[in-house]
Amino acid sequence: MIEKLIFLKPNKEKLNLYMFLGALFFALGIYDITSNSFFDKNVTSFLPTALSFFTPLFFGFLGFHLIRIEYSGNKILDSLNKNINLNWFNGILTLLVIFILIKMIPGLLNWIFFEANFSGTSKEECTGSGACWVFINVWFERLMYGLYPNEQIWRINIAFIALIFTVGAAFFVSPKNKKYIIIFLLFVFPFILISLLSGGNFGLEKIPTNEWGGLALTFIISIFAILFCFPIGMFLALGRRSSAPVIRYSSIGFIEFWRGVPLITVLFMASVMFPMFLPDGTFLDKLIRVIIAITLFEAAYMAEVIRGGLQALPRGQYDAGKSLGMSYWKLHILVILPQALKLIIPGIANTFLALVKDTPLILVVGLLELVGMIDMAKTNPDWLGFAAEGYVFAGLVFWIICYAMSRYSQNLERKYKTDR
Amino acid sequence: MKITNLTSGIESFLDDRPKLKKYLPQALTIFFIIFVLGYFTFNAQVNMGNRGIVFGFGFLQQEASFDIQFSLIDYDGSYSYGRAYLVGLLNTILVAVIGIFFATIIGIVIGISRLSPNYLISKFAEIYVEIFRNIPLLLQIFFWYFAALRALPLPKEAISFFDISYLTVKGWFIPKFIWTNFSILFYSIIISIAAIIFTFIFAKKKQEETGKRIPVFLISLVLIITLPLLGVSLGNVTLDFEYPTLIQQTTTIFNFTGGVGIIPELIALALALSIYTATFIAECVRAGIMGVGKGQKEAAASIGLTAGQTLRLVVMPQALRIIIPPTTNQYLNLTKNSSLAAAIAYPDLVLVFAGTAMMQTGRAIEIVSITMLTYLSLSILISMFMNWYNKKIAIKEK
Repeated sequence: MIEKLIFLKPNKEKLNLYMFLGALFFALGIYDITSNSFFDKNVTSFLPTALSFFTPLFFGFLGFHLIRIEYSGNKILDSLNKNINLNWFNGILTLLVIFILIKMIPGLLNWIFFEANFSGTSKEECTGSGACWVFINVWFERLMYGLYPNEQIWRINIAFIALIFTVGAAFFVSPKNKKYIIIFLLFVFPFILISLLSGGNFGLEKIPTNEWGGLALTFIISIFAILFCFPIGMFLALGRRSSAPVIRYSSIGFIEFWRGVPLITVLFMASVMFPMFLPDGTFLDKLIRVIIAITLFEAAYMAEVIRGGLQALPRGQYDAGKSLGMSYWKLHILVILPQALKLIIPGIANTFLALVKDTPLILVVGLLELVGMIDMAKTNPDWLGFAAEGYVFAGLVFWIICYAMSRYSQNLERKYKTDR
Repeated sequence: MKITNLTSGIESFLDDRPKLKKYLPQALTIFFIIFVLGYFTFNAQVNMGNRGIVFGFGFLQQEASFDIQFSLIDYDGSYSYGRAYLVGLLNTILVAVIGIFFATIIGIVIGISRLSPNYLISKFAEIYVEIFRNIPLLLQIFFWYFAALRALPLPKEAISFFDISYLTVKGWFIPKFIWTNFSILFYSIIISIAAIIFTFIFAKKKQEETGKRIPVFLISLVLIITLPLLGVSLGNVTLDFEYPTLIQQTTTIFNFTGGVGIIPELIALALALSIYTATFIAECVRAGIMGVGKGQKEAAASIGLTAGQTLRLVVMPQALRIIIPPTTNQYLNLTKNSSLAAAIAYPDLVLVFAGTAMMQTGRAIEIVSITMLTYLSLSILISMFMNWYNKKIAIKEK
C-alpha cells in the first residue's frame, strides 16, 4: 500500500520529474489567478464556484509539495525550499502572499497610473476611472504653502532652500567649521526663518500666522518643537534624578502630567484655556501657543527617553567623574550626557518622529498644515469627492519624511556605536 | 571675564555654605512654581470677573439640551451635562477596548510573522510595519473615514453578509441578540470560569507536590462547554435575533432599522487605531521573542520538553516579561489617541465634553481640566495596574 503511494512523497532519484511536475502545477495555479485578476477570465469556470475559487491554491499547494525535496543538491531549489517552502503550512502562507499580491497589484496600478489623470486644471478633465491627480496638481501650492499670499511664496522657498544648503554644507565642511554651522543652525537660523516668514520688518510685508499653512507649517512647527523640546527634556530628566526632593517631585509631576493627557486636550488647553491665564489685553499668537504646547508635551516624553539613557550608564562613570573633583554640571556635560545620548539615539529619533506625526493634530484648533489643507481642498465645492487622492498624497509625503528620519537615525546609531 | 569672576565668586560662596547650596535651588523652584501658579490664578480670576463667569462645577447639573449621535446609555437633550460627560467617557472606553483587542491580535500575528523563516511572510510583515508606522494616525483615520468607508454602497445596495448583516455607507448593521433568562447563562459561565481557575490552581499544586501533570486544558474545555450548555437546557434560556431590515423612509431614502447599527465613525476609528497601534505592538512582540536566549530553548529541549511545552513553559513566560511593559505603554497611547475621534465627529469625551459642552457653556477652565484629569486618571490607573502586574511576574532574584 505504502509502496504504491510513494509517488506522493517526492524523492531525490526522480528529481527532474518532480521539479518539472511541481513547476507545472505551480504555473497552473499562477496562470489561473493571473487570468482571473488581469483579464477577468475564469479558466476553471466549469467547476462549481466554491471549488473554482480554491483551484489556484490547490494547484500551487500540489506544486510546492512536489518540489519540497530535502538536500536535493540543486542550490536554487534548496534555498527556495529553505526560505519559502519549509513545510506545508509555510508553503500555503507563501502561496497566499503571492496570490494576494497578484490580486491587488493590477487594481492598484490601474488606480495610481494607467487609469489616472495627471494634467489639467479642473475636475472635468478627470475622465479615467482611476485617481485624479489633477486635484493635487491644481492645489499643489496651497498644500505646500497654505494660504500664504502667492506673490510672497518666494520667502518660504528661500528660507527652506537656505536651510537645505546649510544642512548640506554641514556634511561637507571640516569638523572644525562644522561646529559653527551647527551653532548657526540651532541658535541663529530659527530666528531668521521666523522674521523672513512673518515679515513686518526689512521692508517685507507682514503676513499673519493664520495665513501660514501647508507642508511649510508642518516643518516650522516640527523644527521649533524639536529645537526646544530637547533641552527642556534634558533638564527634566536631570531633575527627575536629582537628589533634592523638591526638584525631583516637581519634575516627576510635570513629566507624568504631560504624559498622561492626550495631545488634543493639550492643544485645546493652549487655544481656549491658556488665554484666560494671561493678563487682560495681552495677546499671544495662536501658533506660538501651539508650538509651546507641543514642545512641553514632547519634552516630557523626551525626558523619559533621556532618563533611560542616564539609568543605563554604570555607576562607575559617576563615581569616576566625582573622584576627579568634577562639579555636577561638569560631570554631566563632559562625562554622562555624551555617553547617555549615544545610547538613546533610537529613542530620541522615535520621539522626534512622534512629534512630526503629531503635527497634523493642530487642525483641531484651526491651524491648517498639510492634512488640514487637504481637508479644506476636498470640501471645496468644485473639487468634491477627491478625498482618497488627497490623503494618499499626504500619506506619501509624511511617509517619506518619517522613513528618511528613521533611516538616518539608524545610520547615526551605527556611526556612534562603541563597544563597551 | 567679569561674568566668570561673578560665577566663580558665587560658586565659592556656596561651597563655603553647604546647607545653603543644598536648599537654595529647591527654595527657588518652589518660589518659581508658586509664582507661576499664583500669576495664572490671579489672571484667570480677573478675566473671569470681566466676563461675569463664576468658577464652579454647578453647570454639570444643568440641562445639556444637545443630542449625541451614539450612546451606550440612555441619553437625550433633557439630561444634564454630567450625563453627557458620562456618555462621552463610555464611548471613549468602548473604542479603546475595541482598538486594544484588535491591535493585540494583529500585533501578535505580525510580530510573529516578522520572525518567520519564510522570507515572503517576514518581508510582508516588515512592509506592513514600515508603512503604517510612518503615517500620522490622524491621516489614517481620515483615510478610512472620508475615503474608504465613503466608498461603501448606499443602504439600498448594501453589501450583505448571509442576509443577516449589512455593510453600508451609513454604518454596519448587525443582528441584535435578544436573550430570555440571560442571567442563568451568565451565572453558569461565571461558575465554569471559577471552576477552571480552581482546576489550574489544583493542578499546579499537584504538579509541584507529586510531579504529575493533569490535562488542564482538556478539563477546562469540557467545563466551559458543558456547564453553560447545562445551564441553557435546564434554565429555559432562549436566544432570538432581531435582524436589521431595510425600510423606505421617503421615495429615495432607504435605511435599516432594528438590529444594532455600528456607526461608520466608530468603524473608521477602531480600524485606524488598531492598524496603527498593531505596528508598535508587533515590534514589542518581536523584541520580546528575540530577547529570549537561544540557550533557553536548547536547555528546554535537552531536558526533554516537547516543542509546545518549550514555548508554553520556557519561552513565553520570559518573553512576556519583555513584551508586557512596552505593550502597556502602547495600550495607554491607544487610549489617549482615541481622542482623535473629535476630528471625525465620533462622540467621544473630547468631542462631547471639550467640544459641544464647552461651546455651549463657555467654561473653558473647568471643562478642559475635567477632561485632562479624566485621561490622567485613566492613564495612572492603567499604569498602576501594570506596575503591580510587572512586579508580580518579575524574576525574583535572591
